[in-house]
Amino acid sequence: MITKRVLGFSILLFGASVAFAQAQTAAGKPGVIATLVKWTPLLFHGFLFNLAISVFAMLLGTLLGIVLGVFLISRRAPIERPAYWFMQIFRNAPWLVLMFFVMYLTPFEFHTPLGTVPFPDWIKATVGLALPVMANVSEIFRGGIVSLPYTQWEAAQSLGFDYLQTLRLIIVPQAVKRMLPPWMNLYAILTQSTTLASILGVTEVLTLTRNVLGAEGRTELLMPFYGYVLVWFFLYCYPIAIYTQRLERRFAVAS
Amino acid sequence: MLHGFEMTVWLSIVTIVASTFIGVLGVWLLGTRWRIVRQIITAYVQFFRNTPPLVQLYFFFFALSPLLSVHSAGGLRHPFFNNVFWASFSLSLFAGAFNVEIFRSGIEAIPRTTIEAAESLGFSRFQSFVRILFPLAFRIGLTGFTNNIVNLVKTTSLAYAIAVPELLYASSQIWSDELNVPEMMIFILIAYVALVAIVVWVMELVEKRLRIPGYGL
Amino acid sequence: MTERPLVEIAGVRKAFGTNVVLAGIDITVDRGGVCCIIGPSGSGKSTLLRCINGLVPIDAGTIRVDDIAVHALRSDQELIALRKRVSIVFQQYNLFPHKTALENVMMAPIHVLHEDKTTVEERAYGLLAKVGLRDKAESFPAQLSGGQQQRVAIARSLAMNPQVILFDEVTAALDPETVKEVLLTIRGLVADGMTCILATHEMGFAREVGNLIVFLDGGTIVERGAPAQFFAAPREERTKAFLSQIL
Repeated sequence: MITKRVLGFSILLFGASVAFAQAQTAAGKPGVIATLVKWTPLLFHGFLFNLAISVFAMLLGTLLGIVLGVFLISRRAPIERPAYWFMQIFRNAPWLVLMFFVMYLTPFEFHTPLGTVPFPDWIKATVGLALPVMANVSEIFRGGIVSLPYTQWEAAQSLGFDYLQTLRLIIVPQAVKRMLPPWMNLYAILTQSTTLASILGVTEVLTLTRNVLGAEGRTELLMPFYGYVLVWFFLYCYPIAIYTQRLERRFAVAS
Repeated sequence: MLHGFEMTVWLSIVTIVASTFIGVLGVWLLGTRWRIVRQIITAYVQFFRNTPPLVQLYFFFFALSPLLSVHSAGGLRHPFFNNVFWASFSLSLFAGAFNVEIFRSGIEAIPRTTIEAAESLGFSRFQSFVRILFPLAFRIGLTGFTNNIVNLVKTTSLAYAIAVPELLYASSQIWSDELNVPEMMIFILIAYVALVAIVVWVMELVEKRLRIPGYGL
Repeated sequence: MTERPLVEIAGVRKAFGTNVVLAGIDITVDRGGVCCIIGPSGSGKSTLLRCINGLVPIDAGTIRVDDIAVHALRSDQELIALRKRVSIVFQQYNLFPHKTALENVMMAPIHVLHEDKTTVEERAYGLLAKVGLRDKAESFPAQLSGGQQQRVAIARSLAMNPQVILFDEVTAALDPETVKEVLLTIRGLVADGMTCILATHEMGFAREVGNLIVFLDGGTIVERGAPAQFFAAPREERTKAFLSQIL
């Protein structure tokens, strides 16, 4: 099956880089695999942190994105036009730029009557990632809604449903299926983008990897370690991609 | 600042061209009868699509690059390829993987009968590909391709991480001196939105040129 | 003293851009009456029906349904009030694919009329029985034939207890066997005294069930009359030509 082949190849490549690195290891130094194993718990913790950020950013971004999406499909120009430009800006800006945006332009703590609430870096990174997610979700939402035949709107309105009822009871339940594959695809992209947080100093897996490599100070470890991180992301994102494809196929047949 | 913008434009053009070339080559190789070649291409595509581009960049720049270093006259080792090269290389491979996938599904959407017709007329596999299959596949995959290169233009900002003096990097130099982050941010946002708008506009022109009347593509 | 007509359409005009679809329509339908609108494709039949239930606003003229002036309705609330009185059945049935037949029938009374769920359910079962589909209550539209879906659509319209039902070429998308079952259902409604306005190609049905036949062509009414006279002795040349093509 294709999964096994791809998996096999990546393990092969990774294994090759490990072997190559091992060959370059000076005598007396611990083996490459041993070093990888030694640092795995720390790095894995970092990886879980990335996943946590991805989940929070996805939830926040999806919620905001649905609200924005409802504005986007409005027939009233004063609502739709600003929503359109808002979406365009956050969709066309690079994710890294938006992260900088949030990182630099938000305070590092909030002063409330109840006391000072810290606004740590990782939450800023989560918010920064939630922004492009919001823009993309709104577009996915809009795309799903308009892909339904207009006759459903006609039938609902003819029965006396008002606009929100039509959306809530008739349109959105049907559109959700179509929104699912692109939404899942977005999550995979988001998960990979959590590594951007390392550029802004958040202690996630990539930052930790660089720290570890700095601590070890051995150049032959560079490839295996970066390769290691790549494989972890691969093992997480590839199944999501496969499942998304399967969903897409199922919905294409059903409709 | 302008130099930063120029660098971003340069990176975008180079990576768009290179990744398109990779996409075409990849999808051509997917049609070969040697299974091992097909598997290598598939592995490449799946790996580069499902791993973070930033980590790919680090892998190439920090890990691979030192291996390809040369000794200068002063006895110091320095990389043979500079950071701009590695940024272009890594990003092209990244976007190229997506292109292969886009073109592949484009070819899949072509009816079997069209391919059979080409074979029956005596076209070689290469001729079928160049004259019939790829032109159709490209048109089918045009929206996906446009999305991909728009994304690529945005992804050039990752080169910041390896100190390539593109737009974001140049801006960050300025705002650490001038402490005018909000203004720079707005400027960058506008610059990228404008760049994306230009790319989309160019692709719309391409789409019009390629449109086949009545075909519904 | 004769009762005021239930539906009064006077001088209605509608154009989409430069395309004039309705160029002055006058029709009155009494309570319990059955008006059959016939005419070639593109003559404006569907548009006219959609004007009556407010889906399409008119450019000029008046439409009155009972005491509601349709042409004067602006807000969503007012339009909803109209749609509680006027139901429409579409050519493509337009059932909600994600709901069962029973749920399709129940949805509007629950969410629009705010009726109690158990009462509605009982009535829904009754309506499905009336259209002969009691046993298909739990089926989804995709599991039903075209004719069955259309009958569910009729039941769905009846669930709102309308005063008028509009039928927009409801048998045009069906094959001949299933056409009969739908026409039978409509005949039953007429027998029960429902006011109906039908856009239709089914001349035989129109002749049998209608009490007013209106021939629409190019946006104007060419001829109208009681079925017996209309079909036996049409006055206008265009009517004769059209009927000779159809019959």
